[in-house]
Amino acid sequence: MSNPNYGTGKIIVTFLLAMCLRILPLPASLEIYNPDWVLLFLIYWSLAVPERVGIFYAWTFGLLTDVLTGRLIGQHALTYSLVSYMCLKLHKRIRQFPLVQQALFVFFSLLLSQLLLFLVKNLQHPAQLQSAFWLPVISGTLVWPLVSTLLRFVRLARPLKH
Amino acid sequence: MPEDNTRKPAIKFLFATGPSINTRLLVAVIASIALLVAEHESPRLDWLRASLSVLVDPLKYVVDLPFTFAERAGASINSYENLKFDNERLRAEQLVQQTRLLKLEALEKENIRLRALLENSFKLGEQVLIAELLSVNTVPYEHIVTVNKGTRFGVHTQQPVFDANGVVGQVFRALPLTSDIMLITDPNHAIPVQINRNGLLTIAVGSGQINRLTLPFLPGNADIKPGDLLITSGLGGTFPQGYPVAVVDEFPSQLGKPFANITATPSAQLDRNRELMIVWSNSSPIPLATPKPAKPAGKQPDQQTEPAPAHE
Repeated sequence: MSNPNYGTGKIIVTFLLAMCLRILPLPASLEIYNPDWVLLFLIYWSLAVPERVGIFYAWTFGLLTDVLTGRLIGQHALTYSLVSYMCLKLHKRIRQFPLVQQALFVFFSLLLSQLLLFLVKNLQHPAQLQSAFWLPVISGTLVWPLVSTLLRFVRLARPLKH
Repeated sequence: MPEDNTRKPAIKFLFATGPSINTRLLVAVIASIALLVAEHESPRLDWLRASLSVLVDPLKYVVDLPFTFAERAGASINSYENLKFDNERLRAEQLVQQTRLLKLEALEKENIRLRALLENSFKLGEQVLIAELLSVNTVPYEHIVTVNKGTRFGVHTQQPVFDANGVVGQVFRALPLTSDIMLITDPNHAIPVQINRNGLLTIAVGSGQINRLTLPFLPGNADIKPGDLLITSGLGGTFPQGYPVAVVDEFPSQLGKPFANITATPSAQLDRNRELMIVWSNSSPIPLATPKPAKPAGKQPDQQTEPAPAHE
């Protein structure tokens, strides 16, 4: 990590992968579990390299996620910026936590994001809160150890020698 | 710019340059809320969505690629027997359709003449564009599908979408590379229909289940029977008149209730079809020249395809 510019491409590619996962056509019984991959990846990068991935990344990829999922423009941008801010503020502490405690932080971040998205949806037109609405929060928390391990592997992978 | 310090050694972050993260958050939040409000109030941000979608929509094609590939691969290893069988079946089907079409043309002309006698205008002529479904799932809980044709092909919002069996939905958002289609079963969708048997008008609302529509606005004593075909009534102007929408399901006797609780099954195969037809209706009715009422019919090109409206 001597060259601070090294890895920007890597980060962006993982975000694009997360966006693909977000729109993956799962069977109807599984689609309600599909977690917010972009946010999970954003949490990882904000905790791991806060000097690189910050609110600007969060806002940009939030905007792109809004367009990707056809939602009102600005809602993912808003929630991702807030979650990213929390990560930046707390990253020194959270990086020391064991994986289980990190997952707890992720749980609350996902919960906050889902809550804000619901508020925006409710402002648009009154929506009813189904219990299935919270399932992505739980599934997101459960896949966090996996995401964290894989992205750590990606982050520490050496570039190929030319 | 927030990303300025990526150019400097990472240690510099401790003595942060540029605006603090509090300021950055404030800017991000204000910008997001401004965007939200601006788009909620009016469609003036459509250009932003359209241009950003050009960046993002290729991802939908990427996600769809393995599914399309699997389907193509499956089709290419079809056995000779199957192909022969299919070919025969399609040929027979085509013959039947052709004969029916001949009759339809005669009927259509007759209809125009009759309407001319009633001094009524007549709409006809639809042009279709075949669009293919992209295997992506953008939002759960909503019955919105994405197809591979967008404004590049002249698709615009509120266009009706059909499949071979009936009404599928309407174009909900047209972007340059893709467009989103709201199915008739979406809870936010309602379609004006009439009962084919007796012309009774009502509205079919999406139930949120892929194979159900509800008819919430019928009184308990309405003349409706299980098996009745619902067709588009043409009211509201989005859907052209006379296309099959759904078939009424079995229901228990509704006597003594102020409103009947009736459901219907969509005719279109909403969860199976990959090919959909986006329709341009000829919105300008054919003018009826008073001296020769039947003239528009005579002018029609005698093709088996629908006459294409000139403006599209």
